[in-house]
Amino acid sequence: MVSGGVTKFSKAHPAMDFRLMVKRAYDYALKGVPNLTPKQIDGSRISYFSDHFTRQLKAASMVQDFLGLNPKGSVRIEWGGATGGECFQAGYEAVASGRMDVCVAAGFETMSRVATWKGNEFIALASDTNFDFPLGGFYTGYYALMVVRHIYEYVRQTKFASVKDEREAQRLAIAEASRIMSKVSVKNHLNALHNPYAQYPKRLTIDDVLRSEMISYPLTREQICTMSDGAACVLFASEEKAKELTDRPIRVTGVGTGTDTMRLADRPFGKVPLLPNERARDYEDLAYPGIHSFRAGRAAGMEAYHMAGITNPNTELDFIELHDAYASSEIQTYEDLGLCKYGQGYDFVERGDPFLKGIDYGFPVPRAGAIPVNPSGGLIACGHPVGATGLMQAVFAFWQLQESVGKHFGDAALQLPHPRRGAIHSHAGTGSAVTVSILERGFR
Amino acid sequence: MTARPPVLTKFRDVQAELERSGSAIFRDADGAESLIIRNPYAITYIHSYAEDSPFFLGLAEGRLRGSKCRKPKCGFVYATPRGHCMVCGAPTEWVDLPPKGRVHSWTTCHFGSEAFLKETPYNLAMVEFDHVGSLLLVRLKDCVESDLYVGMPVEARFDPNPKYSITDVWFVPSR
Repeated sequence: MVSGGVTKFSKAHPAMDFRLMVKRAYDYALKGVPNLTPKQIDGSRISYFSDHFTRQLKAASMVQDFLGLNPKGSVRIEWGGATGGECFQAGYEAVASGRMDVCVAAGFETMSRVATWKGNEFIALASDTNFDFPLGGFYTGYYALMVVRHIYEYVRQTKFASVKDEREAQRLAIAEASRIMSKVSVKNHLNALHNPYAQYPKRLTIDDVLRSEMISYPLTREQICTMSDGAACVLFASEEKAKELTDRPIRVTGVGTGTDTMRLADRPFGKVPLLPNERARDYEDLAYPGIHSFRAGRAAGMEAYHMAGITNPNTELDFIELHDAYASSEIQTYEDLGLCKYGQGYDFVERGDPFLKGIDYGFPVPRAGAIPVNPSGGLIACGHPVGATGLMQAVFAFWQLQESVGKHFGDAALQLPHPRRGAIHSHAGTGSAVTVSILERGFR
Repeated sequence: MTARPPVLTKFRDVQAELERSGSAIFRDADGAESLIIRNPYAITYIHSYAEDSPFFLGLAEGRLRGSKCRKPKCGFVYATPRGHCMVCGAPTEWVDLPPKGRVHSWTTCHFGSEAFLKETPYNLAMVEFDHVGSLLLVRLKDCVESDLYVGMPVEARFDPNPKYSITDVWFVPSR
């Protein structure tokens, strides 16, 4: 990867249609590699999630056209919430396979074109329309079902094992987990205060998050990402070409993809696929994944880690930009990606591992900086224009590894000290498809 | 000459103006003016339940059916029917599900898609059944948020006036 660009994510960009948004992100990326002439670009991979939102079929062709890339090759990528992550990997594959020397991967979404609750309906059409959609057609509801079970498995059965009344024990466990999930929301919103591209940067307290509107019990408004308009663009080049274009290239050293059943109801109850640093005895009584964990995330992580030679992600990754569509799914994803063991996600937050050093979150974070998660602010604070999101993560990760966050953000507060290796994670549906990619510093 | 559409500087006012007059001009902080119009879009789809049809016809008769893998060595039972087994790929056959199950997980939705907003708040539950390998997602009625818990015994109810939708069945707490 040799360059990237992002538009500021926003509730609405009425003065820019999707073509102009992508053009802005693309031009920004081109500015980063002044030696690259458009003639040297071999083709593109262009992503957006929903034709319902654009109400313009072949919108990717219109982007290709607007960028002036005709008659070079291009493919439209769509893979639900993981659309951006898939587009990133498609761009990488075009170059890694030798088919192209330079490839543009660009994505966008224009979600402001319908009212928020209509937008939720469009998104919910990415659930089974025979069995799931007609019940309420609401993704926050699906994620609430998952986290209620996650809390039952890992909080009720441990911290509240001694409480006799079942209903009371579950309520206490949900209250405890909600408090911890709120810390994730505080973290991501606060990190974003230093990110000029973020849609909703703000300083919140745990109480602010807990007291924000209840959307689907126990998930509150501040624990959920919003609808956005935005675009992002990544430029890939072969190793030889990259050397000509930049002295600070970033290598893609691992890619992984995983899938699972479309319907949550069909998820199996089996065994955990183990990472190299896990043992079967860690999970003897765990029925996996059920609806509490994302097997697709685990599979994508395992493939990417294997390719990159990572045996312990907790110590071998310097940071992760992951798909926190919900504060709950950020915690579930820590476990899927092996940042901690299954069941330890809440303690991982309590200890402070995913927080940044040097930022005052309003509560103690003793192990801050151990492995920063969503230093950019993630989806919760940056926004989630679906087709751009996974590429946005790539651009933020790229700037981290280049140590150029200060230059691009005009504020170096989020720059990690000399990161060498990071991961990006893009997630679709109720976990029906997930991508993980590993990025490493490609210069001395 | 027709007057220009009204100029608005708050995007949230645009939708109301579109409802009122059908067009608006939005002026953003940089002074850029965008002409915005309303574009209604309504479609009726011809939706076949295809191999899932017997499930929905069963609901209309007050029968809740899952499916079971025909391969004797496998025999996996699905609460949400699948025409072919996801474990071994063999075709499945229809089986009656037990009349009672338990809440595997639940939530109360205070919002929903536009089509369901008027029904809020509603409860969703994943129901598990004895000797059945997968779950069934349903609405849970006759109970409120504070009643619900994982493990709660529940049983099926059927709509006497079927709409041929998954909402023809719902669950209530078992007595």
